Parts: sequence; structure tokens; C-alpha cells
Amino acid sequence: MNFFSRHKNTVVLATVLLAQFLLLAMQVKRQTAEGPVRLIRLLTVSAFAPFERLLIYSGENLRGIWSNYIDLRNVRSENARLKAEAERMRLERAREQEDARQARRIQALLGFKEQWIDTTVAAQVIGTSGTESSRVLYLDKGTKDGIRADMPVITPDGVVGKVLTVYGETAQVLVINDPTSGVGATLVNSRLQGIVKGTPTGDVQLNYIMSDEAVQPGEALVTSGGDRVFPKGLPIGTAVRVSPGRNLFLDIKVKPAVDLDRLEEVLVITEQKSRAPDTAGLGPIRAADILAEHLPGVPQTMPGDASQQPSQSAPGQTAPAAGATPQAAPQKPLTAKPQTVAAAAGASAAKPPLAKPARISAGAPTAVQKPPAPKPTTPKPVTAPKSATPKPVSPNASGPKPKTTAAVQSAGANAAKPPVAKAAKTSASASTAVQKPAVPKPVTKPGSPTIVQKPPSPKSATPKPASASGVKPKPASAGGTRQP
Amino acid sequence: MRTVNLSYTSREQVEVYRFSWPMSVGLPVLLVGLQAFLPVRLPFFRIFDFGLLLTIFFAVSRRSQLSGTLTGAAIGLLQDAFTHTPFGVFGIAKTLVGYGASSIGIRIDVENPGSRFLLAFFFYGVHQAVFVAIERELMGQSIHLNLGQEAGAAVANSVMAVFLFALLNRFKIRD
Repeated sequence: MNFFSRHKNTVVLATVLLAQFLLLAMQVKRQTAEGPVRLIRLLTVSAFAPFERLLIYSGENLRGIWSNYIDLRNVRSENARLKAEAERMRLERAREQEDARQARRIQALLGFKEQWIDTTVAAQVIGTSGTESSRVLYLDKGTKDGIRADMPVITPDGVVGKVLTVYGETAQVLVINDPTSGVGATLVNSRLQGIVKGTPTGDVQLNYIMSDEAVQPGEALVTSGGDRVFPKGLPIGTAVRVSPGRNLFLDIKVKPAVDLDRLEEVLVITEQKSRAPDTAGLGPIRAADILAEHLPGVPQTMPGDASQQPSQSAPGQTAPAAGATPQAAPQKPLTAKPQTVAAAAGASAAKPPLAKPARISAGAPTAVQKPPAPKPTTPKPVTAPKSATPKPVSPNASGPKPKTTAAVQSAGANAAKPPVAKAAKTSASASTAVQKPAVPKPVTKPGSPTIVQKPPSPKSATPKPASASGVKPKPASAGGTRQP
Repeated sequence: MRTVNLSYTSREQVEVYRFSWPMSVGLPVLLVGLQAFLPVRLPFFRIFDFGLLLTIFFAVSRRSQLSGTLTGAAIGLLQDAFTHTPFGVFGIAKTLVGYGASSIGIRIDVENPGSRFLLAFFFYGVHQAVFVAIERELMGQSIHLNLGQEAGAAVANSVMAVFLFALLNRFKIRD
């Protein structure tokens, strides 16, 4: 007794510490189960949330009075600017719609399932943890508004975090710059995948990218969808610093797309759906497109290399397409042994196989059920530079890294553009396409070397239907690389 | 008036204060609540740890180790409630700070702004060290202290302590 009274303070300190250690140990052990501990937290949060909400709303009201009645200067000029901006964006939207159609068509070809954000709930940020070590936010919406744990939280700029705990009228959101968070991410250009995590200092890092990979600062990151929380393709941020780290991985510092320190309103994605891309109104999927995906490439044509031109314009690649459509029968003489021609010409897989069907469709309208969807609006032939690479590429290869293959395939838009661009070019030029009937006989024998040795002169072109596929290849259009 | 002998520096006696119940409960609730709310609009406020400053203030004013321990534990647990980490992380850290601050408060003059600055600076370091130790050893988190950033935060909190303690002095009641 004497001992306790003499060391009262120390005993109390030890007791309090011990109690908290036990409490901590109990929680760590039962971290996944929500028991009495949750109740304590619930009570605390419930007690504070109304006051925080009140403060936020009064601030909003005051700000509303200011912005709606007082701060109306410069509205006219801003209106004019916004109108101009809207015009510009309308034009851009038209172009992007076309791209999206292309992408959906290719996605349908690949059996790709898209994830759609179906429903979101707008919520206001009413509080934080108040500490540097725990990056969480409190929202003014909870289970009553349909919010559940693990729902993604975003803004129009990008990813914010995910719902961690939900209470009746409040939800706790774990922000992506918390050390315990994790978001599956893909680098947009290199298609490398890693995990975005926070650091104790509140920064954001991309982890698990091997140090032998080439990642450039400035490259954007989007969600990969691999974490099964965030839908694919949402902006996360930009790589701002890349340095070699420990354990064979790169240290990639990321600047978040969203200003995580200044969040006021967010969107909680309450429903996502997975479905096949909507291809309604895009026209039937042509057999030529499907076959073109599986065809080997045609040889690359170096500008000025006349000996390869006939083999490029050789109808070999069009054979399957023509064969696939009954109306293509008249072209038969031109379409024998496609593989042989390509092989004989030393074809690499740097391909324009998709362009060939387009040629058919342009040059031989009767052979195609539907005119080609591609339009010249599709920008620049992205793959043109790659076409100059003399290395043969495997027909199935989409890139140097196996890791990226799936990603590229699934990125319909990226995959679709280059061949489409090429197809558009060739389609456009098909009406003036030059025949190669200068050597009429060998035309029926595509494998014949005489064709190769005697490239026809453009002036000798006779626009006969039989030679519809004999588009004179331009160097630029001949160099498309094979798309995944 | 209750007094305590200064043990090291002189035989002067220092005063012991107490606080009314509404202040003892209301101040921590108000300041910790503000700390959770303010960073929504003013992100830089995240750097301040009002809970820690209040723990130090109560501990050195009451000059009772028992009181300092319990106050630190209560404020720490309140702070834990706002985080997503288990209860007890801030509780343990602030319990130790409360005990330590009240022990020091008995021995030195804590009314001087300079000593308050140093006291806050020192205990901010202690708090962060305990916090990191708990996170690493008990929670298994790989946390590394960024000394530069921690030093900056310690200075900011110490400056805030000087002004905050001066403000809170108004609520002290001489024992």
C-alpha cells in the first residue's frame, strides 16, 4: 500500500499506458472486424459531424451571397470567353466522338468489356483527421445516401481515394496520399503498371516499376482497374520525378491530378457496370477487320525501293477479306496466296494489314457490305515513325514488353487509330488509285517475280474493277506497324 | 495558494493552477475539432498539433503528473477517433508527453515565452519519436522521419504554443 501511495503517479502512468497498449493490440488483432472500437469512433464522429457540417454550410451560404450578388464583375467577358471555349470544345468533341466510335468498334472486335460509371453521389468534404499521419476526409453523406465502404471517390480532375468507413450521415475517405492506401495504376505511354501509394510526408508515389524500365517525367498515370475498386482510365496524376530506388524498383514521385489538400466537393461512385461496348450505329463488323487482326504483315517499303512496291500492292493481303465476302469473287485472280506473297517479299510484321481491307472497300464497292467507317478526320498516322524500323516484328507482338500487351489491346482507341488512319488515307486515294496492269498477265500471278521487277508506271493505270486492290502504295502509308 | 518548490534552480516557489470543468473538457474538444475542420479550407493548419499543445499547457499549468498523464491520454484518444488508425497511437504518445511535461513543469519556470517555446519544441520531438516508434514497432508501418520537415513543424508548433499559451492563460484559476 505504501508503495502505491509513494509511486502513485508512476503507477497511474503505467496503468494508463498499459490500458492503451492493450487497446491498441486488441484493435490490431481485430483490425478487420468492427466491434466496440467502431462504436467509439462512431460516437466521436457523430458528435462532431453536425458542427462541422454547420460550419461548412454557413461558410457556403456566406460565400454564395458574395458570389451571387456582389462578385459579379467581369461576368460578361467571362461569358464571352466561355462561349468561345464551348465552341472550341464542340469541335473537339466531334472529332473525339469519331475516335470513340473507332475505339468501340475495335473493342467489340476484341471482345472487350467496358466499365461504366453508372451512378455517382456528390458529397461535400466536411472534415479531415487533423493530423499529418492519417490522410482521411469526412464527407457529409453516409449509408443513408447509398454510400458503402470501398466505393471510389473522385472529382472531375481525377482520383481522390476510396470510402473507408461509412456511418449514417458521414463517410470516412482514405485519400490516395495516405501511406496505407493503394491504387492500381498504368502509365499512359509506356503502359507499365504499378501501385500508387502515399508517403508519410503526404506525397504520392508509383511503386513496383522495375528500374530497368524507361519512365519519363511528365508521363500521365491512369487507374488500371486492377484493384477492383477504381474503374479503369481515371486520371491519377503525372510522374514528376523518376529516380532509381531500392530493391530494383524505381522511385517515381507523382503529382496528383487532384489537389488533395483543397478538396471541397467530391463524387462517390456508387455504381459501376461492366458491359460490352455499344456498337449500335457503327455498322456491321466486317470480316476484313477481324481477319486483318490475325493476318501477318506486309513488307515494309522503303521510299524509293521500287522493287518492293508491287509486293506491297500485291493483293495477297486482301485475299481473306475478299474471300470472306461473297461479292468479292471477281477479285479472285488478284488474291491468291497472300501468305506466300508476304513471305516471299520478306515481309516483316510491321503491318498495314488493316489498311488492305479498306482498300478493297474503297476500290471495290461491291465487295463490301458497308463503306468504311474511318474518316479522314482521324489524326496523323501515329505509327509512321515506327514503320521505318527495319526489324521484323512478330505479327502478334504489340510491343516490346509482354506486360503492356494486354493494356494496349484493351486501350481500344490507341489500338484503333493508326490502322484506321491508314485506311482512311488509302480509301481516299483509292478512287485515284493506280492500277498495275502494265503487265497484264502477271497480275493473275501474284507470286511471280516479274511483277516485282517491273513496277508499273502510274500513268499506265487503267481503273478496272479487277485491280481494285492494286492501290499504289505511298511510302507513308506503307509503313504502318502491326497493331495488337 | 498551493506552491511547489523549484528543485534545481532556486528555492523559489512556483504556482499551481487548475481549470474549471467546462474548460478542461471544452478546450480540448474545441481545439481538436477545429484541427479536424480547418485543414478543409486552410490546408497548412494540418501542420499544427493543437492536441499536443493543449496537453503540454495543461500539464505544465497543473504541475501534476497524474493529471498530465490522464489529460494526455484523453486528448490523444480523442485525436485517434478522427483518424483511420487504431485507437491508442496518439493516446500513448500524448500520455507520455503529458507525464513528461508535468514532471518538467514542476522543476522549471514555464511562464516565460522562451521556455515555452523550447518546451513545445522538445515535446513535439518526443511526441513524434514515440509516434514513429509505435507505428513502426507495433503497427508494422514503414515510416521514416523526415528530419527537415519535422524540424519545421516543431518550430511552427512552438511559435503557435507561445501565442496559444498566452491566450489560454486567461482560463487558468490559481489553486
